[in-house]
Amino acid sequence: MNQEELKVVEPAIAETNSPTQAIAVSIQKVNKWYGNLHVLRDVDLDVAAGERVVVCGPSGSGKSTLIRCINNLEEHQQGTIVVDGIQVDHNIAHLDAVRREVGMVFQSFNLFPHLTVLENCTLAPMLVRGVARADAEAQARAYLERVRIPDQANKFPGQLSGGQQQRVAIARALCMKPKIMLFDEPTSALDPEMVKEVLDTMVSLARDGMTMICVTHEMGFAREVADRVVFMDHGQIVESGSPQAVFGQPKTDRLKLFLGQVLRQH
Amino acid sequence: MAASVEHIVNPTLIEARERPELIGGGFFAWTRENLFYSRLSSLTTLVLLAAMAKAGLSLFQWAFLDAVWSVPAGPQGPITDSCRALGTGACWAVIREKYRFILFGTYPFEQQWRPAIVVALFVGLFVVSAMKRFWRLELAAVWVIALLLIGLLMWGGVFGLTFVSQPNWGGLALTLIIATIGVAIAFPLSVFVALGRRSDLPFIKWLCVAYVEIIRGVPLITLLFMASVMFPLLMPEGVNLDKLVRAQIAIILFFAAYLAEVVRGGLQALPKGQYEAAYVLGLSYWQTSRRIVLPQALRTVIPPLVNNFIGFFKDTSLVLIIGLYDLLHSAQVAVAEPAWQGFGVETYIFAGLIYFVFCFAMSRYSQWLEFGLNMHRHR
Ligand SMILES: Nc1ncnc2c1ncn2[C@@H]1O[C@H](COP(=O)(O)OP(=O)(O)O)[C@@H](O)[C@H]1O
Ligand SMILES: [Mg+2]
Repeated sequence: MNQEELKVVEPAIAETNSPTQAIAVSIQKVNKWYGNLHVLRDVDLDVAAGERVVVCGPSGSGKSTLIRCINNLEEHQQGTIVVDGIQVDHNIAHLDAVRREVGMVFQSFNLFPHLTVLENCTLAPMLVRGVARADAEAQARAYLERVRIPDQANKFPGQLSGGQQQRVAIARALCMKPKIMLFDEPTSALDPEMVKEVLDTMVSLARDGMTMICVTHEMGFAREVADRVVFMDHGQIVESGSPQAVFGQPKTDRLKLFLGQVLRQH
Repeated sequence: MAASVEHIVNPTLIEARERPELIGGGFFAWTRENLFYSRLSSLTTLVLLAAMAKAGLSLFQWAFLDAVWSVPAGPQGPITDSCRALGTGACWAVIREKYRFILFGTYPFEQQWRPAIVVALFVGLFVVSAMKRFWRLELAAVWVIALLLIGLLMWGGVFGLTFVSQPNWGGLALTLIIATIGVAIAFPLSVFVALGRRSDLPFIKWLCVAYVEIIRGVPLITLLFMASVMFPLLMPEGVNLDKLVRAQIAIILFFAAYLAEVVRGGLQALPKGQYEAAYVLGLSYWQTSRRIVLPQALRTVIPPLVNNFIGFFKDTSLVLIIGLYDLLHSAQVAVAEPAWQGFGVETYIFAGLIYFVFCFAMSRYSQWLEFGLNMHRHR
């Protein structure tokens, strides 16, 4: 109890003292079940502002569920999640605030197929943040430039390649000016030749200091940008540490087994 | 070892290149392949062609060559003996005599320019609404104004127009009123019902489920009877809703229940990821519904929607059961007077052609729309 209260208060204090040390996401003793299936077991994870965390683990280990709990796409049943000082609970105002802080990129892109690339990027800023159309479009074009697809703005998502679509999805999320970005296996649905263009975009985002939590098995990416790698199995965080430590000196059999499988695939 | 592997090209590709005449075909090739590919098929084709030609010729003779186009007027009304002579074909004179009754019912004869304008207004409204470039919010205002204007023209009683009470409305004008107002109100209602059926709020959800299932479990005729007979019993003393309004309410409720199921099908076809993307971008429930969910869901259900519209347009003819003089009922009553008795076929053909024109236009339009709206799916 005491500990929980401390954690909730902590971000606010930290923020006033030194912004770089602020905690962006605080996950404390989170448990979640689907029926009888215990998918998250006492998960603790604090992510500092500006930190890049890569989450890896075997399929079905609860990685997606964990990051989807952060923006309440899934509801957790026990424990606390605090995003930038805002508690993720049943309070609608809190949830709305959290959704504005957190951007998300999905494995299957989830672009709006009936809207052009530009409209995909301007819709939410105009509707949610009340940005004027001209400003929203200027900003969208700037982000599309950043993900290196400025000349596709008036096409429909269906006319783009998978890699281009995923970069539009990243631009769309960035247009909401989130403080934290979640990535759920952003390259898993892509043909191999398109993986790099998406990873390059993510690397450049990381270089700019975005707080990122990425579920991915791209070890090269993890080595290049991650401050921390978290290995999950059966709903638990099994190991975490620097990429060199986690990939180089795995301590548990489960991680060794997993690394063996991933390396064999790549 | 590797050298012994034969290097081949898919044989179907070679064949296709060498026999181009099979791909192009042309009328002659198509006919030979589909109609005369064997002795039996040739025989069947010839017999059927002969039967069709014979039926077509008789119909042509009945409808045109032997038809009577007008009859002389007598002191007690038209003299229809020429139509009744042996061997005559269609008696189109009945249409010439009665078309205004079929189109406008018992609306006062010298005032029939009013329902005529109403029909023109409806057609104009349909044409404007059909054009994508007018799909803006202002279109809703145009509809409201047009419907008010239509009510004004039909009822009158102001601006020097004589008042015409509802029981005198009829014909095509009445059919268009019932069908258009029915769909115009039922369609938006159905969208809310379909959304409500998927709501997280149990009360709203069960209300919508109960509504759809009850209405769909009852024939339209029953609803119309209930509206015309039972509804007045349920109303407090002195309150008396117009018969047309009661029928209109029954029809709206009926249409909306069916349309709601169509719309729900479109909602179900939408991938979950679309909702999730809208949610994480911060869109509210209504923003998501209006900007993301409905535009996609309604597009996918255009063909069944129009199918339903076409069915509804014809279903409105059931209002004759409760004594409203719609297009079909007028066509039937037009031949009630002794002079014209026995010429129902002609008036039914006339009414049928009118139904066909509207339904066929809807059908063609939906095909065109379906192609145009799904352009973003074509690479
Ligand atoms: N909506 C759901 N209903 C029931 N079980 C689910 C649901 N989503 C995920 N699961 C189960 O929860 C476990 C964790 O899933 P997930 O978080 O997607 O794993 P990962 O992303 O690590 O592959 C899996 O066993 C999966 O089958
Ligand atoms: Mg997953």
